[in-house]
Amino acid sequence: MKGLKIVVLAKQVPDTRNVGKDAMKADGTVNRAVLPAIFNPEDLNALEQALRLKDKYPGTEITLLTMGPGRAAEIIREGLYRGADNGILLSDRAFAGSDTLATSYALSCTLKKMGKIDIIIAGRQAIDGDTAQVGPQVAEKLGFPQITYAEEVVSAEKGKIVIKRRLERGVETVEGTLPMVVTVNASAPECRPRNAKYVMKYKHARAVSEMQNADEDYILLHNNRPYLNIGEWSVNDIETKAEELGLTGSPTKVKAIENVVFQAKEAKVLEPTDADMGELMKELIANHTIG
Amino acid sequence: MNNVFVYCEIEEGQVADVSLELLTKGRKLADDLKCELEAIVIGADLKGVEKQIMPYGVDTVWIASDKRLYPYTTLPHTSIIVKLFGEEKPQIALMGATSIGRDLGPRVSSALHSGLTADCTSLIIGDHEDKKNNKVYKDLLYQIRPAFGGNIVATIVNPDCRPQMATVREGVMKKEILSDAYKGKVKQLDVEKYVNAEDFIVKVIERHMEASKVNIKNAGIIIAGGYGVGSKDNFDKLYELADVIGAEVGASRAAVDAGYASHERQIGQTGVTVRPKLYIACGISGQIQHTAGMEESSMVIAINTDKNAPINNFADYIITGDIADVIPKMIKQYKENTK
Repeated sequence: MKGLKIVVLAKQVPDTRNVGKDAMKADGTVNRAVLPAIFNPEDLNALEQALRLKDKYPGTEITLLTMGPGRAAEIIREGLYRGADNGILLSDRAFAGSDTLATSYALSCTLKKMGKIDIIIAGRQAIDGDTAQVGPQVAEKLGFPQITYAEEVVSAEKGKIVIKRRLERGVETVEGTLPMVVTVNASAPECRPRNAKYVMKYKHARAVSEMQNADEDYILLHNNRPYLNIGEWSVNDIETKAEELGLTGSPTKVKAIENVVFQAKEAKVLEPTDADMGELMKELIANHTIG
Repeated sequence: MNNVFVYCEIEEGQVADVSLELLTKGRKLADDLKCELEAIVIGADLKGVEKQIMPYGVDTVWIASDKRLYPYTTLPHTSIIVKLFGEEKPQIALMGATSIGRDLGPRVSSALHSGLTADCTSLIIGDHEDKKNNKVYKDLLYQIRPAFGGNIVATIVNPDCRPQMATVREGVMKKEILSDAYKGKVKQLDVEKYVNAEDFIVKVIERHMEASKVNIKNAGIIIAGGYGVGSKDNFDKLYELADVIGAEVGASRAAVDAGYASHERQIGQTGVTVRPKLYIACGISGQIQHTAGMEESSMVIAINTDKNAPINNFADYIITGDIADVIPKMIKQYKENTK
């Protein structure tokens, strides 16, 4: 049986989960420089589902597609270290300011250029925006059906795909046809760790924009080992309508951004002693808050 | 034409709470805009469903009833909405930020090329000036939502594309019946005209739904634990206190991520929003991601080893100490004082 052609959509995101005091600048904008850039967590869950399909169906090829600045090639390397076969970095100033719809448009134009695809799989949402919109919008633009909130891809054979979904109040198993767009929840199994063999193989994998200051030896290395060249596409490599891209192609506009300011209020400070806890309980019981 | 639309979710014949909350908000927006409020319900066996909907001040209820339309699948619901919106041209369309609304909303917005803002916490009508193009837009929907892990609050507008679409989580808006006697129109859609045979290629083959056992949304007292609780054993102490004083246990995202509690207990921007009379925050630092879901609590007790934790800014009582030490003392003192 021939394997599947899978594309994993992934995003490099600032780690918003552990934002410290220095994360906001004095002017109220986000200080991206102090936030570590990471592989969006649910996209790793998606990668794991793709890798499991590769384990199950020999000959399966996994391509990681990401849109972002040059440094986003880091997550393609991370994907290669864990078992993806190759990657494409979509990077161009023309995409700057894209909302989810313009992002989906650029990704869908890229996916159209990539030839026949059986499964497009992505995390349900990225932690910098938490919108969960890009997966379904890519599906719509390609005319593919979609299955969101996936916890497990049970099978993908004979043109059919079976998926277990995790919803707010239960689970659901659905069956659809290929090609399919799938988005994966954090409740799905964690991604396997890096494989030492792949780390050795791909540690010098670089995208074009990372090679600009490379010396001759390094360029020679990449010429001799083509698998070290991470595909990097610009707007010129795909067919797009300029009015659908970036800020112009984004129906939503940010009107205002407000830094969140904590407002202090008068509080009673208690010591963790029996005496203070006793007083607290008496007060709460007396004013009918508890009891 | 150009009215406010709310997509109503159905589970076991009941309109979901989140949809009723959106109808309440939708009525308010329609009043501000001097237009009508319309609802759309898609499912099977929907006879009489309008009785659940109209009291919220709905002027027109659109019903698409067909046995293939329940349980929800993406494509037929999308086709119906895209076609109906094409005909009716709503200016605003609201959906729950649920596994249904967050599956359907983006698909519809892509098909209509309209802007969608996910997980709004506030929706108001206001004007917008586009200084660059020297253009003023009257009566847009301000879609206000936290972003960037909740560290900023953004106001989003869709100046040119319609409908202006937004999703809102359950519990964020308040539901309120306008009048039991409110009379609107019912319009049945001829489903065959709105769906294609190919829309049914995804089939639900098995389904296990259960009413959520955890009911933190309606709990009067919530004891919530964060990453600072430190271990699952320490988290058990929260349950002990909860049993004693009659509370539910909630958790921050960090605690859920650490495996201390299940996702259904998560409070905050990506969990549920709660408004209890007493909120006891244990080992929670107080990132906005979390406080967005509990800041309307009537009274807050914060227990934290860090006396400068941001959560203390919300607190009525600040206890600087270790959970493993403080909670047993609270249990003991509660028992002694209620004897």
